[in-house]
Amino acid sequence: MIWNQAAECMSREEKRRLQSQRLKELVARVYANCEPYRKRMQEAGVTPDDIQSIDDIAKLPFTSKKDLRDYYPWGMLSAPLSDIVRIHASSGTTGKPIVAGYTANDLKIWEEVGARCLAAFGMDKNDVFHVSYGYGLFTGGLGAHGAGQNLGATVIPMSVGNTEKQLLMMHDLGATAIACTPSYALYLTEALEKSGIPREEFKLRVGVLGAEPWTEAMRKEIEQRLQIKAYDIYGLTEIIGPGVGHECEFQCGTHLHDDHFYPEIIDPETGEVLPEGSTGELVFTTLTKEGMPLIRFRTRDLTRLVYEKCQCGRTTVRMEKILGRSDDMLIIRGVNVFPSQVEAVLCEMEEVEPHFFITVDRVNNTDTFDIQVEVKEQFYTDDIKGMVKLQKKVVAKLQSVIGISPNIILSEPRSIERSQGKAKRVLDKRKFQ
Amino acid sequence: MTTKQLSIFLENKTGRLNDVAKILSESSINMKAFSIADNTDFGILRVLVSDTDKAYQILKQNGFAVKFTDVITLHISNTPGSLYSILDLLATANIYIEYMYAFSEGEQASVVIRPDNLEEAVKVLKQNNIQ
Repeated sequence: MIWNQAAECMSREEKRRLQSQRLKELVARVYANCEPYRKRMQEAGVTPDDIQSIDDIAKLPFTSKKDLRDYYPWGMLSAPLSDIVRIHASSGTTGKPIVAGYTANDLKIWEEVGARCLAAFGMDKNDVFHVSYGYGLFTGGLGAHGAGQNLGATVIPMSVGNTEKQLLMMHDLGATAIACTPSYALYLTEALEKSGIPREEFKLRVGVLGAEPWTEAMRKEIEQRLQIKAYDIYGLTEIIGPGVGHECEFQCGTHLHDDHFYPEIIDPETGEVLPEGSTGELVFTTLTKEGMPLIRFRTRDLTRLVYEKCQCGRTTVRMEKILGRSDDMLIIRGVNVFPSQVEAVLCEMEEVEPHFFITVDRVNNTDTFDIQVEVKEQFYTDDIKGMVKLQKKVVAKLQSVIGISPNIILSEPRSIERSQGKAKRVLDKRKFQ
Repeated sequence: MTTKQLSIFLENKTGRLNDVAKILSESSINMKAFSIADNTDFGILRVLVSDTDKAYQILKQNGFAVKFTDVITLHISNTPGSLYSILDLLATANIYIEYMYAFSEGEQASVVIRPDNLEEAVKVLKQNNIQ
């Protein structure tokens, strides 16, 4: 079902008019209320009067993740704190998270776009919606929750963990849809198979899956084993959370709600807007947000946009599967990992060299995370026990900082390539095609 | 009775042992005995060579992580029970063996032992007239 026919099926001309109007209002609002943006625009020699249509967006400076950290926590807000009714945050590189503030109206927008996603997945008010995303600072739990509530579904706020109880609730309350990460869906599948409860006793039919990249193969496996239809829901904390985009029943790309979040594709090197149909870095402008609206936020995700009307009837622009990242952040088992974090941990340890090499792969639908490290000469021991102890120490240190546990491969002195300039320290073998 | 053994850290990959053997052979160093301890990712090569100091230098120059380790080498008769009597002495004295390896040729057998307490082990063996 199409939740908001007017917004989702609007003609391109009409959409452009709406986007132009909203951009003008946004720029005026941000210029008046957000000092970093005002300064940026003044430096670039742009005033709100220069923005007359959506095409003028190219005149505006970009916003990066770094800006959000530099002005942590409130610097990027365009609304007074008294109007902010909710905070969400995502993990950052240096321990400082990225904090996003929402006004009451922002939450309304979020619930609106969220409901559009769920409706596209064939859900309605008769669904019992089991939300297994984490509730808290993470946008997943409360984002899916608000979307479900707005749709009129019966929302079960399960959050993460305690798989047995998850199964029990899903079974007893007759959940028809589940929101979780694709990897958790697979984990649940295994748990369900092990539990011995017949699949017929579950009413589950829809998976609202997101928050990490996943492959077609993974989708097939989830759909076959869990006997549901698995849909991708797309979102970024900086933009709003889950609900920025969604797949439709034809699963031919991610429909972006471009009446609220205006996407552009730019050349990641030069920052130039690329012609329609090009592959490049995805940039978003939040046309309607009040709390922390962002102008031309660089996602670092590489993809391509498709403007043709979809078979489903929606005219919202579609994004192809994300090809990769233009910077070095890795998403491993749903967790953001930066090589700089690994480096920081290794530098602090006296037993190992600061040189390392990360290899990420996906084996049996689970991300593998190997880090090759070199032990300093004086710390090599004569026995396996001593070396294994050292190995475990490195794992524990890294786990405490990055949140997931890597496989540490101890290697010989100077066996890791030393490069001049920017070191190549990551090999991501995963294929999301 | 005690000898300096070389312990070399090796990554578990094909040809790594060849590299060590080649480097030593090129310097005309003979390996008298060796053993390898390993897990899935790495191994430790323990070796007794004809010229320990020279081998140490050369391996280091070639970038290997190499250490000296003191071990006990014993020459015993290659007959049933001779190893048992030695192990029994050490066990009775509460000496733990971290690892050991052995080789035999004709009537002679040699045993290399790395005990947790080297001094104590040497003392016990000497008291019992074992060379």
